Amino acid sequence: MRDIAVISFAQTPARRKVAELNEVEMLMPAVHTALGQVDMTIDDIGFTCSGSTDYLAGVGFSFVSTLDSVGPWPPIQESHVEMDGAWALYEAWVKLQLGELDTALVYCYSKSSPGDLPMVLTRQLDPILTGPLWPDSVSLAAVQAQAWLDAEKGTEEDMAAVAARSRRSALDNPNAQLAWDRSVEDHLADGYHIAPLRKGDCPPITDGAAAIVLAAGDVARDKVERPAWIRGIDHRIEPIHLGLRDLTVSASTRIAASKAGVADGPVDVAELHAPFSHQELILREALDLGDDVSVNPSGGALAANVMMAAGLIRIGEVANRITAGEANRGVAHATSGPCLQQNLVTVLEGDA
Amino acid sequence: MGKDRVAVVGIGQTKHQATRGDVSMAGLVREAASRALADAQMTWADVDAVVIGKAPDFFEGVMMPELFLADALGATGKPLFRVHTAGSVGGSTAIVASQLIQAGIHERVLTVAFEKQSESEAMWALSLPIPFTPPLHAGAGGYFAPHIRSYIRRSGSPDHVGMLVALKDRQNGLKNPYAHLHEPDITFDSIKDSMMLWDPIRYAETCPSSDGACALVLGSEKVAEAAAAEGRQPAWIKGTAMRSEPTLSAERDTVLPLGGALCAADVYKQAGITNPRKDVDCVEMYVPFSWFEPMWLENLGFAEPGDGWKMTEEGATALDGDLPVNMSGGVLCTNPIGASGMLRFAEAAMQVRGTAGDHQVDGARTAVGHAYGGGSQFFAMWVVGADKP
Repeated sequence: MRDIAVISFAQTPARRKVAELNEVEMLMPAVHTALGQVDMTIDDIGFTCSGSTDYLAGVGFSFVSTLDSVGPWPPIQESHVEMDGAWALYEAWVKLQLGELDTALVYCYSKSSPGDLPMVLTRQLDPILTGPLWPDSVSLAAVQAQAWLDAEKGTEEDMAAVAARSRRSALDNPNAQLAWDRSVEDHLADGYHIAPLRKGDCPPITDGAAAIVLAAGDVARDKVERPAWIRGIDHRIEPIHLGLRDLTVSASTRIAASKAGVADGPVDVAELHAPFSHQELILREALDLGDDVSVNPSGGALAANVMMAAGLIRIGEVANRITAGEANRGVAHATSGPCLQQNLVTVLEGDA
Repeated sequence: MGKDRVAVVGIGQTKHQATRGDVSMAGLVREAASRALADAQMTWADVDAVVIGKAPDFFEGVMMPELFLADALGATGKPLFRVHTAGSVGGSTAIVASQLIQAGIHERVLTVAFEKQSESEAMWALSLPIPFTPPLHAGAGGYFAPHIRSYIRRSGSPDHVGMLVALKDRQNGLKNPYAHLHEPDITFDSIKDSMMLWDPIRYAETCPSSDGACALVLGSEKVAEAAAAEGRQPAWIKGTAMRSEPTLSAERDTVLPLGGALCAADVYKQAGITNPRKDVDCVEMYVPFSWFEPMWLENLGFAEPGDGWKMTEEGATALDGDLPVNMSGGVLCTNPIGASGMLRFAEAAMQVRGTAGDHQVDGARTAVGHAYGGGSQFFAMWVVGADKP
């Protein structure tokens, strides 16, 4: 495949509620910081692709207005996915593979704050069989966690360790929403939120935006000293019905990881889009990550969970570490749907 | 690196109607997808990836419905990708799917687009607030009526041209068994006498609200050649293009959008088309309100600005004209919004495959499919041909 790299990444600080800005205003700093960091404007971009969902914006065609944030005049080559920005990046990567364009802008955003997010997400479920029961997203994750515990894949202490480590790592992430140093014991002393999940096992509700600039070959090398090359990227889905899946594993992540070539080299860092603590442990197993891998140094989705953007942010976090020389090869993961239904895996690498 | 060849090797669509109460959303997409797979002589297992498109999720009341449709679309363990680019989405979805093959990632991609508009009230769902604009319009017709009025004023077109388009498209639709509207008794006078909804758009010059789905199986060069060897003509994709404009921009001309013109120029260049009127055998374009036929004829380079209406009036765009437009009956006969763009792309492919039945244009070798969306700001086009590029 053609060499494509992440050459710039920007995100807005994750916040529980961005009330004073509309989506266009909230998005603009992410888009223009990402472009500005590599001294580019929209005129330097060959293809633009975004990810968002109308259900969080509360209006149909919501992405139509947010396109204005990039200033698409004269008219641009552009597309939009009703998916996390990680999939928008996938479309842009495919587009650049065709060899006609050298640069792409990817952006994504959402405000979950105006609604009741766990209730809104019930609208993703089968509208005939499951949706009418309104099972919220946290309860579904709790079902998965209980199945995982029952299968003796791990313990509540293991989950607590993920939660504690994630918030501690987030202390080094100025964009994180939840960051603190709290022991596993303190975490376990909390009562259940929705058993077996404690509040600390669950992600925050976050408003925010993120953007990435991709560039091919020499364009990437000209723009940054150490581009984060995309060595592999793949995504797979499973049925939404929980009864049709083994919830204690992530079969789709395993396939995507194999296609993306995760095992083709050592992994220094992994950013996993695991909104719930037990999901990180399911993903580590699916990705075959060793204990020596630095997982979610940003704090991950447990520290900031911008719907439609948390997946792209994982890619950006890995890319930043490669570009900074802190890591040579990393894995970024994005998820969508209840209980890790759909998963995307990206392998990024710096020049040796 | 570079672009691999890709062709349409299977086409399927549902019977479109106001309410498909006999099927769920899953049943609707499976009806189209099963027909496309049967046409391609493939099964679900042959598909490498699925790309699905639809317009706003609020139309059916399911958020990101591809998640629950994954199972019905046989996507378990496969990549499933969801596109949404407003009204152009059916076209964009097919283009995104074709690029997966052009990039050499997959060999066989199933792409599906649908809308089940009976689940909600589409007219009000399309009555969106426009920033800094008084909320005076109801439905897409209310939004586009001023653009049409402006077109009539600028071009000096006589008032009856819109009605001629409506009559032609509704009569073409009678030849298409899948079309939603079958109005055998329609006449010029019945159109003229129909209610004025959004002046100058009459009821009979307006698209319906439909339930429906369309599906295409796209194949690599190897897959398409194997189909051809068995006597199943592929529709080779000779060019694809997309362009987008902002919502708020003083430079925009919504009667003759620059984005549409750039999209057409790009796709013609890829397909080696230098004189669109001469080089293209037939066109399926996105005409939700009758007057968009002459407007798009100009925007897509088939007529000079101000002259599109003359082609309609002369009968050039009739099924037996020199540039048949909307042979299937078009959006004026069938409008499941999310699928409408793909239906245009599919009809273009059917024409060059020679499988368009009673609405077949004799000897069609090169056809254009066109879709637009938003406030005339999102454009998707492809050129398909019977000959391998």
